[in-house]
Amino acid sequence: MVDVVGYRREIPGTQPAHLFPDYKSTVKRAPGKPLIQIPHTLTEVTGPLFGHNKLGPNDADLTKQCAGAPIGERMILSGRVLDGDGKPVPNTLVELWQCNSAGKYHHPVDTHDAPVDPNFTGAGRALTNDKGEYRFVTIRPGEYPWGNHYNAWRPAHIHLSLFGPSYLTRLVTQMYFPGDPLLPLDPIFNCIPDEAARNRLICNFDIETTIPQTALGYKFDIVLRGRAATPMVD
Amino acid sequence: MTKLVPTGSQTVGPYLHVGLTWLTTQDIAGTAGGRRIRVTGKLVDGDGAVVPDAIVEVWQANPMGKYAHPEDKQDKPLDDAFKGWGRCPTDKDGMFEFTTLKPGPVPGPGNSLQAPHLAITIFMRGQLKHLYTRMYFADEAENANDPVLNLVEDRARRDTLIAKKDGEGRYRWDIVLQGKNETVFLDC
Repeated sequence: MVDVVGYRREIPGTQPAHLFPDYKSTVKRAPGKPLIQIPHTLTEVTGPLFGHNKLGPNDADLTKQCAGAPIGERMILSGRVLDGDGKPVPNTLVELWQCNSAGKYHHPVDTHDAPVDPNFTGAGRALTNDKGEYRFVTIRPGEYPWGNHYNAWRPAHIHLSLFGPSYLTRLVTQMYFPGDPLLPLDPIFNCIPDEAARNRLICNFDIETTIPQTALGYKFDIVLRGRAATPMVD
Repeated sequence: MTKLVPTGSQTVGPYLHVGLTWLTTQDIAGTAGGRRIRVTGKLVDGDGAVVPDAIVEVWQANPMGKYAHPEDKQDKPLDDAFKGWGRCPTDKDGMFEFTTLKPGPVPGPGNSLQAPHLAITIFMRGQLKHLYTRMYFADEAENANDPVLNLVEDRARRDTLIAKKDGEGRYRWDIVLQGKNETVFLDC
């Protein structure tokens, strides 16, 4: 017999539903039948762990991945990855992707009439340190139009993908910028019903991490799903 | 102790490959010893249209039924070469494929045993949060007693979680997002 300590279930309103018709692509892709709730077993409380061996030297600095400097406003994105009890999550992989400063992704399906920046891949990754901190150097992404509804524009955002310690802590989110006038109009941002939870997707400008003459600092803390109780540690 | 609310999930969007394909891992078996199996499947939406812009991730135990993770304290051998994790973007035909080692049975709640299975996570444009499901193997007698499979009362729905044998060492498992033959998705 193996007893496992499970994870806390979703708090209503703080996560999106699968179906959110304002975001049209959910209509044919969301499950139509109720999900089956399962107990947390050894399968769910374990998960993949990645180490430094996966990372290259400039993976966390998107301004240094190509021959020249990318166009746009440099920024430092840093923050902590925390568990549901507020404890740092060390040595966990954070994957990042975004469009360039003109609002164009380095991707074949992006048909937006905006220039590709040959010096910007838009992809990064980092491991958190032993205090759960991560740090990227990048370019502030632009806004761009999309086909969801008439005159639809995505607010500036950065995609982040995290693993945490288990299969259940997997998280993909988007981080937004303070004061963006497109936020109230964006169905993806607004899919989270709870206003406080929704607003936690907006980063904070931070003068402390701003580098004089060089780059503005933004802070974004990420909270992963928490344990139902504290597991025994050897 | 302060309980923090987890950060809200958001869709990976249509440009997910930019950030995620660097870690594509279709060969989960890698250099580990053991007989390979191949799992192939097609992902389709509520209209039956193929989904060419998804990413499927796999988490699984090794053939002894042990996870490469510190919380698995079972007294069973680990092979350092086998991490048990894979990631595959679907292709233009909505297809995904993994080569791996068949997992062994793992403990379930109480004294139960879980039949060999892959834990699956699915990401795509049009999904505001990822989908969880599982894939079992048609040629495993333990399926009949699996504590998770048995939570699905409808026999036909339960069968959506079971990959069909498709030749020696080959399994076929299609994922239907919505509608007739909809795959069972799990609230984990």
